[in-house]
Amino acid sequence: MALTTSPPADLAPAREAATDAAGLGRVRASAFVVPALVLIAIFLVYPALWTLYLGLTNYRLTGIAAARPQFVGLDNYVRALRDPEFLNSLWLTLLYVIGSAVIGQSILGFVLAATLRTVPRVVRGVVEAFVMLAWILPSSVVAFLWIALLDRDSGTVNALLGTPGMAWLLEYPMLSIIVFNTWRGTAFSMLLFSAALNAVPPSQLETARMVGASGWQQLRDVVFPHIRGHVLTNLLLISLWTFNDFAPYLITAGGPDNRSEILPVFVYESAIFDGQLGFGTAISLLMLLINLVLAVVYLRLLRERRS
Amino acid sequence: MADIELRRLVKEYPGGVRAVDGLDLTIADGEFFALLGPSGCGKTTLLRSIAGLETVTGGHILIGGRDVTGLAPGARDIAMVFQDYALFPHMTVRDNIAYPLRIRKMGRPERHAKAEETAEGLSLGGLLDRRPGQLSGGQQQRAALARAVACHPKVFLFDEPLSNLDARLRLEARTFLKRLQRDLGVTTVFVTHDQAEALAMSDRMAVMDAGRIRQIGTPTEVFQRPASTFVASFIGSTPMNLLDAVADRDTLRVAGTTLPLPAAAGPHVRDGEKLVFAARPEYMTLHREAEPTGIEGVVAIVENMGVGSLVSLEVPGGADGARIVQVTVPEGQEPEIGSRGWAVAAPERVLLYRHDDGELVGSERAGAGEPVLAGAGD
Repeated sequence: MALTTSPPADLAPAREAATDAAGLGRVRASAFVVPALVLIAIFLVYPALWTLYLGLTNYRLTGIAAARPQFVGLDNYVRALRDPEFLNSLWLTLLYVIGSAVIGQSILGFVLAATLRTVPRVVRGVVEAFVMLAWILPSSVVAFLWIALLDRDSGTVNALLGTPGMAWLLEYPMLSIIVFNTWRGTAFSMLLFSAALNAVPPSQLETARMVGASGWQQLRDVVFPHIRGHVLTNLLLISLWTFNDFAPYLITAGGPDNRSEILPVFVYESAIFDGQLGFGTAISLLMLLINLVLAVVYLRLLRERRS
Repeated sequence: MADIELRRLVKEYPGGVRAVDGLDLTIADGEFFALLGPSGCGKTTLLRSIAGLETVTGGHILIGGRDVTGLAPGARDIAMVFQDYALFPHMTVRDNIAYPLRIRKMGRPERHAKAEETAEGLSLGGLLDRRPGQLSGGQQQRAALARAVACHPKVFLFDEPLSNLDARLRLEARTFLKRLQRDLGVTTVFVTHDQAEALAMSDRMAVMDAGRIRQIGTPTEVFQRPASTFVASFIGSTPMNLLDAVADRDTLRVAGTTLPLPAAAGPHVRDGEKLVFAARPEYMTLHREAEPTGIEGVVAIVENMGVGSLVSLEVPGGADGARIVQVTVPEGQEPEIGSRGWAVAAPERVLLYRHDDGELVGSERAGAGEPVLAGAGD
């Protein structure tokens, strides 16, 4: 009815309505958003800025530097980049990400997703349930299970393999945590890939079969080009999660002899055990930068595909 | 070049559903063969079984005399064009057409030359560097055809080749496909649910229902003498008039009218037997005055069909209330709605079916060797 009356009288409210669809007005609309913004500021923005600040100080958990931290500039960063322990830890993290995320979870997830398409429904349901179970169990529970599995004296793995007295966590600490993380996280890749595989048009696969393409050729020429975006998204997510994963600490605590001390564990050890909060924070920030670089690389690759 | 022979072919799904039920069929070398039927009749399953994409559960498939029943799809020397064309979206048209040759390990320059030559023949010349997404529906179809043609198969299989095109393009593509098939002379089987497509394109066609073939013949045979009421109701752009009838000595009582019993049908019909009287709307004429052999009714609907109109007459009586008889009338002779009319069937075009199983009167079951045309003898 407003539309049928004379236009000049209605111009003002109409213009106001155009600026916010709900017709609340700016002040009232802001009032709805403020609580959320306050929470974000307290729990996200402030810690981030605090980290930035701490990384530039010699702040410690105890002692004089805890009471009166001093500004040390980029000293923490220079020290980290020269610290062989940090570089070792960075290298181990790279191994951990490539081993458990890229190779372990991604490839095993794809193989599972592809294989489960061809098996009877019952078998698929059972396997999927088990894989999902590994995913939804809390990390602490899974870590305890693996400690029990790999136990030197009464571990299940030793009993199965017939290698009594084998101390897996001491002999192969990296391999142990890589297997642990693969076991724990494969479900995500499997679910993502089974959704992706459903999107591959059957007629294209059948066309490839009709001209005699082998299984590998079908995968390379039909399946992979279709799911490339899914593969990249999956790799991005699981690399970031794995890069920041602290759960291996529950199994090896970075040991023995720092041989499984990935970066999250290194940060924890430096900041909490050694009490060097400033140094630990600086490394957290370095991790954040590495995460950003990873994300940018993947997103670039994704965009390339769309153009 | 090869013929296709199917021997007692069975495709049974787990749970006992038979999509193809003991089917025998021979398709001659170079023939353009249509599999026609309503959805769920097994025609696509049959095509996919020939392709090797479905594993048959019984019987044999022979192509050019070679038993291919157990062979993988790639080893059968067949090319298939899918309903959605199945072009690879990430490859250019050139790479799509050359793909089968690449799988056969032909070198890049050769296969590209071959692809270009084939594309040229299908007027895709300027589109080789495009992706399928940049092509129109008709161009996509030709690209899919080019991919099938480029590898010189013994047999082509087309699954609903025209259904993804709009109506105007469909007519063009129909002519185009028919010419292409004639030029190449490759044995071709195509599946369609559109009777007009099957009639227009095929050399021979099979009408399928519930996993079995109900009739095989040339389009003319199937159109003029459907073997059963099922085929009769399925074929033709206007459905055939099917009316309950009863034989009464040498006459036939249909919709309140008594017609002479067609002489040829006489020996096959018992006195008092229930039959179905069938005549196409195109083979009936509408009269405004009473006709002794006319079925009387009231004009209920007149549908303009461009050339002429389709008139629906409401015929009173019958067990299930009023029945409809449809008649086509020439341009300019449309009757008034509500007026009376008499529909007279051309006697030589009248067909009689048995009421119980819907089979054509005078077909093999009746014991007569040659099926007879149930023409009325007046």
